[in-house]
Amino acid sequence: MSAPGEQKPAIEVNNLRKVYGSGHTEVVAIRDATLQIGRGEMVGLFGPSGSGKSTLLAAMALINPPTSGKIAISGQPVMDGPRALVDARAFRRQNIGFIFQKPNLIPFLTALENVQVALEINDTPANKARERALELLDYLGVRPRADNLPDALSGGEQQRVAIARALANDPSLILADEPTASLDGALGRQVMDLFAKVAHERHAGVLVVTHDSRTLEIFDRILDVEDGMITSRTDQKKPAPQRAS
Amino acid sequence: MNLAIRDIRHNAGRFAFTTVGIGMLLMLVMGMGGIYRGLIFEATLLVDRVGADLWVVQGSTRGPFAEISRLPANLEDRVRAVPGVARARRFISHTIQREHRGRPLRMVVQGLAWPDDQGDWVPLVAGRPLRQAHYEMIADQSLRLSLGEKIKLGKDVYEVVGQTRGLVGTSGDGLTFFTASDALAIQFDVPGEAVRLERAARRARVQEMDLGRLQPLLLDRAAGLSTGIPGLAMPEVSAILVTLQPGADEAAVRDALRTWPDITVYSAQEQRDLLLAGMVDKARRQLGLFRALLIIISTIVIALIIYTLTLDKIRDIALLKLIGARNTVIGGLILQQALFMGAFGFGLAWWMGLYLFPYFPRLVLIENSDLVSLGLIVIVISTLASLLGIWKALRVEPNTVLAV
Repeated sequence: MSAPGEQKPAIEVNNLRKVYGSGHTEVVAIRDATLQIGRGEMVGLFGPSGSGKSTLLAAMALINPPTSGKIAISGQPVMDGPRALVDARAFRRQNIGFIFQKPNLIPFLTALENVQVALEINDTPANKARERALELLDYLGVRPRADNLPDALSGGEQQRVAIARALANDPSLILADEPTASLDGALGRQVMDLFAKVAHERHAGVLVVTHDSRTLEIFDRILDVEDGMITSRTDQKKPAPQRAS
Repeated sequence: MNLAIRDIRHNAGRFAFTTVGIGMLLMLVMGMGGIYRGLIFEATLLVDRVGADLWVVQGSTRGPFAEISRLPANLEDRVRAVPGVARARRFISHTIQREHRGRPLRMVVQGLAWPDDQGDWVPLVAGRPLRQAHYEMIADQSLRLSLGEKIKLGKDVYEVVGQTRGLVGTSGDGLTFFTASDALAIQFDVPGEAVRLERAARRARVQEMDLGRLQPLLLDRAAGLSTGIPGLAMPEVSAILVTLQPGADEAAVRDALRTWPDITVYSAQEQRDLLLAGMVDKARRQLGLFRALLIIISTIVIALIIYTLTLDKIRDIALLKLIGARNTVIGGLILQQALFMGAFGFGLAWWMGLYLFPYFPRLVLIENSDLVSLGLIVIVISTLASLLGIWKALRVEPNTVLAV
């Protein structure tokens, strides 16, 4: 982990545009989006359904190339229009952590193995991967459940394991898509607190796509997306009053 | 971390049931190969072990294993006179069906040229070879005749003195070994009434001739034993087995025998080839086709199960891709599952065969080379079977996991 303050932004997106179809059927999903997330910063991305949040997230995750625009992660240019400048899959496993609405744990692996697999995929030797996975589970307070299969874990525990998996390779960027949607209020709050902890303690840039207006104050910065455009920015921890949810 | 093993552990029930099914299919494949080997073993056992250098059979025939071959028994004396021949002995083989203890009993009767051949080469599992010229027999266990048991065949009673296991003829009937004269007695046995009628008929025919009227003593001769009448044909045998003198020129002996128009001569290898090229070859092709079909079915079953298992975890695969797993990790997961399935099925087939094949009515002979071949086939079909699942897995987009 690098020391805070000296790093390049976790992600920089410049004039990103994503267009589906052509001619009469053309749909512009993202319009010239530009944003920057620093390391150690937790940013909320708000917007109604169909506003382009998920498309933007997929583009930033290097799984859905944009039509035009540029993306750089940790200072390294990775997308120039639809052209990938790196091996997207290899880059993802080393630099990006993912958290989803559902924990999406692999059902045939224990909590420990679900974290360990992300490390082993990144060529970490098995014994080191196990140590690191246990350390992360401990950090997130689910170490006692390390040997349980996902079925035996509560929703909150599963989401903690998913966060541990996302942190496994010490990514510079964590992308979370509606991570609290399937959790009740208290659990959702706990998970958001964990994201903030991760962002601040581990100096990762965290982007959380969410509808959950109850946790607005936890973000360092909030972005709104509407009709594919980033329409408003709030540089304070207070929510904009007109924000849709 | 081996993802394949962990997934198998998680789906243990389905994996186990499928593996049992695959194992049974592979056991059938293995068994059919074993039956073919058994057929060859049984069919060639006599040719291989009887120790003949040349087989003399009826002219223009392919020998007793391919068709009926009839030769006068005294041909062995003619053959013995050929330079280079050390030994000539009669060979008798025919199938009979009798009733014993209320059930039909089919057996292949083999005549051994007593006293030269007492059946010492016959692979016995109990008892001993023949030790007297008459009324003893060696029987295969498939005939369910116990050691010491006596059985009436024709007019005589024979005692089982030795037992073999899995020695059956090409039709699957158990082999029995008698001395040649006993085998002939069994083959040409006719009821007493028929003998009496034949003798009376012979007497009547002679009585109508001048010779019979002039020499009344001949009438008694005609009504007596047929073996005492030189004018009647000798009993017939299936073949004459020739053993050459050490260093004798086989070609020269064959050339000498070839000049006799009433016989045909084959080497032991030719006799073996004729046997294998005939009936056994058809069985081989029949079994081969069945094996091919079963292998195809096994491949399809493995492919479908692996494909279903892949579909079940398609989101997990998408997730693995999203977090950066290489295609080799994902392909390896599916390929290993298919290979595990094939390997466990193969092991199970071998284990089940070990206990079940001995109860098959025909000898099932599993050779190591066949096991190795089948093992390689299983690797190939498992690999092929995994391709469909791998194709599906490699096509799935990582963003599938983003969809709720």
